[in-house]
Amino acid sequence: MTTAQSAGSETPSRPAATDDNGIPKEAVSVNRDRKRRQRSIGAVFVAPYAVFMLAFGVLPALYAIYLALTDANGGFTPTANFSKVIDDFRFFAAARHVAFFLVIWLGALLVLVVFLAIVVHAIRSRWLSGTARLFFYLPGALAGASSVMLWLFVLDPVASPAGPLLRALGWDTFTNVIQPSHLPLIFAIIAFWTGAGGWIIVMYGALNNISTEIMEAARIDGANPFQVAIHIQLPLLRKWIAYMAVLSLATGTQLFIEPSLLSQASNAVVPNDYSLNQLAYQYAFDLNDFNGSAAISVMLLVVALLLSAVFVAKGGLFDTEDV
Amino acid sequence: MNRIQPRRLVRQIGLLGVLSVTAVAVLSGCSSGSSDSSDGGRGFSEAKQDKNSTITVWVDATRVPAVKAFEKANPSIKVKTVTYDGSANGSNSFKTKMALYDRAGKGWPDVVFSSQNNDAAWATQKVAGKQSFAARLDKGLVPEGTLSGFSKGALNPCTVDGGVYCLRNDLAQTVLWYDNSLLKKFGYAVPKTWEEYQALGEKVAKEHPGYIVGSVGDTWTPEVFMWSSKCQANDVTDIRSVTVKTDSTECKRAASMLDTLVANKSLTKLSVFTPDFVKTYTGKVLMMPGPAWFAGAIFNNPESLNVPKGRLGVAAPLAWDGDSAVAGNVGGGTWFISSHSKNLANSAKFAEFVTTDDAYQVNLAPGYPAFSAAADKWVAKQESSGYYATDLSGLLKAGGLVWDGWGFPSFSQEAIWAKTITPLVSSGKSIEENLGTWGTAIKNQAKVNGYQVND
Repeated sequence: MTTAQSAGSETPSRPAATDDNGIPKEAVSVNRDRKRRQRSIGAVFVAPYAVFMLAFGVLPALYAIYLALTDANGGFTPTANFSKVIDDFRFFAAARHVAFFLVIWLGALLVLVVFLAIVVHAIRSRWLSGTARLFFYLPGALAGASSVMLWLFVLDPVASPAGPLLRALGWDTFTNVIQPSHLPLIFAIIAFWTGAGGWIIVMYGALNNISTEIMEAARIDGANPFQVAIHIQLPLLRKWIAYMAVLSLATGTQLFIEPSLLSQASNAVVPNDYSLNQLAYQYAFDLNDFNGSAAISVMLLVVALLLSAVFVAKGGLFDTEDV
Repeated sequence: MNRIQPRRLVRQIGLLGVLSVTAVAVLSGCSSGSSDSSDGGRGFSEAKQDKNSTITVWVDATRVPAVKAFEKANPSIKVKTVTYDGSANGSNSFKTKMALYDRAGKGWPDVVFSSQNNDAAWATQKVAGKQSFAARLDKGLVPEGTLSGFSKGALNPCTVDGGVYCLRNDLAQTVLWYDNSLLKKFGYAVPKTWEEYQALGEKVAKEHPGYIVGSVGDTWTPEVFMWSSKCQANDVTDIRSVTVKTDSTECKRAASMLDTLVANKSLTKLSVFTPDFVKTYTGKVLMMPGPAWFAGAIFNNPESLNVPKGRLGVAAPLAWDGDSAVAGNVGGGTWFISSHSKNLANSAKFAEFVTTDDAYQVNLAPGYPAFSAAADKWVAKQESSGYYATDLSGLLKAGGLVWDGWGFPSFSQEAIWAKTITPLVSSGKSIEENLGTWGTAIKNQAKVNGYQVND
């Protein structure tokens, strides 16, 4: 999800492909043919993705909406499932847990990732910059669940390399470390550790894309690195920051792996209904109520879509520059 | 960037959509379950029977020898073994997988072993009008003679509304385990009541700090201490109604005892299955109230406390002053037969074999057999091993003393204790003062699981 989607998508256009005035007519028609060919090739490239997105994204979402609006026998009940899950004593607790987590995590992500990317970008020494990027990226190379497994050890004072630190904070057992009040921070740290590195690389790529002329001009005008960051780099990174926020928001609202694994590892001291997604899972597989489960998922979808719309609008994500 | 004409884009997406829907429909295919079912007079509608079909059994790794023993004794019956986690530690995999098969309308295994006690509560209930998973056993599938051979109360977790829906593998009655040599060395007597136990704990904390008389670090703490104190936190009175009263004297006396002994550190907050516990307390466990399977899992286990031969003693459950002694219970597996099975006869034969036959229950089984005849022989065999410092009459006695005021609902009492009480104990708070919190958590969970809650 990271480097492939990086700033590289804006391929430098060839001079011949531009529609500048003064180009002979034959050239324009050749140009048109090429464009058409590019479009059909584009469709071929997109097709497999579209098929899988429909099969595993759009259709399940539609099925979830259908389930959320019906009862176990397929009868139409537009509100029953929603009012049932909202009345569940675990619902608002789970929503609060996810909200706390999101505030901490998104905040850290937006501030630290951009800051670190700008710092790494400003490093003149090639090997130091390269090493720093590799260092940031490495944790993200571990697949989701396995990196959480690693944290199970880090959080246990008996096994952890950070054991002395945890004990110094007064937490001498695993159960003490995973007290309910610590959990949003713990999950945010785990998620940041596993996910931030990839985004730093993306931001780094985006920074590379800022034309050197602008940077040069700013420097000649006497701007210091801080002013360059605030007045040039940040505004030009706006889209990428919004992009990161949208994708991270989608991942964050679906908090599941971290609490689930921690719940199993702690023998349920971390509850198995900590997050909204876990609650949806409990509805489906503990209560055998797929309709209630779908209702929670649909609510999550709506909230995530609304919040994403805000980020998209504020970040100008869908603006096209070269119209 | 190229600008794409909106209309063309819409058309392309539309075309792709049609293509993909077709592709998905072709790939997934259409399946329709054929239902050749009839009422066999056993209380559920049976699938068309095929006496030669292979039976699929789901077991955890510990129960694999049971299947092997069956195959050895019945070479003509075809058995397919699927190993899974036994639904252990609240994974709920038994329930989860059956819910998916229910939705698919096919795929159920014939026999399933579960390490939990709360499966009958859901496996006997219809979901959306579909036949419930568990086959009723006491209407001809398993002979009455076999069912009556189980220890008193052993089939309680299997009994719903008067019907029996599973066979119990092993009992997990709680007893008092103790280190006979240490007790003698310190000059202590084996306690007869919980009051004496508490007094002993206080003495140990003063005279021999570092030694312990038990643990509260595991999720089954309420089943060891609250259940055996007759605390009415989990009294399932009907299929879907439960009485929860956590402010009674019975609950308070146990909670107060735990608070005292946790505070003076004669009860550890560590789980007995952590490396830390083994490191800290090997040779320092003076006594420990706990289930029958503690013997093999903790004491006589080279990976755990590894108590040497001739030291481990067992006493019958303790009583509270002026009250009769009862035992708690921590698990004890169950075997279910699927009501969708195409080979009920062989499935029943299998389930009977693994729960009652000496070839497994006496010779191989690690836990205390739920079937009386097998239990007697199993105990005799354990005694003859010379491992124990005492006879095992305490264990036998406890088998019939499990208090029936603590029921088997579809939700997990262990999970509720773990998330509400364990963090409090861990941060030094009192259990007695939080009995209300515990009760509320149980009531809330019971309600979302569809129980009517009575105070």
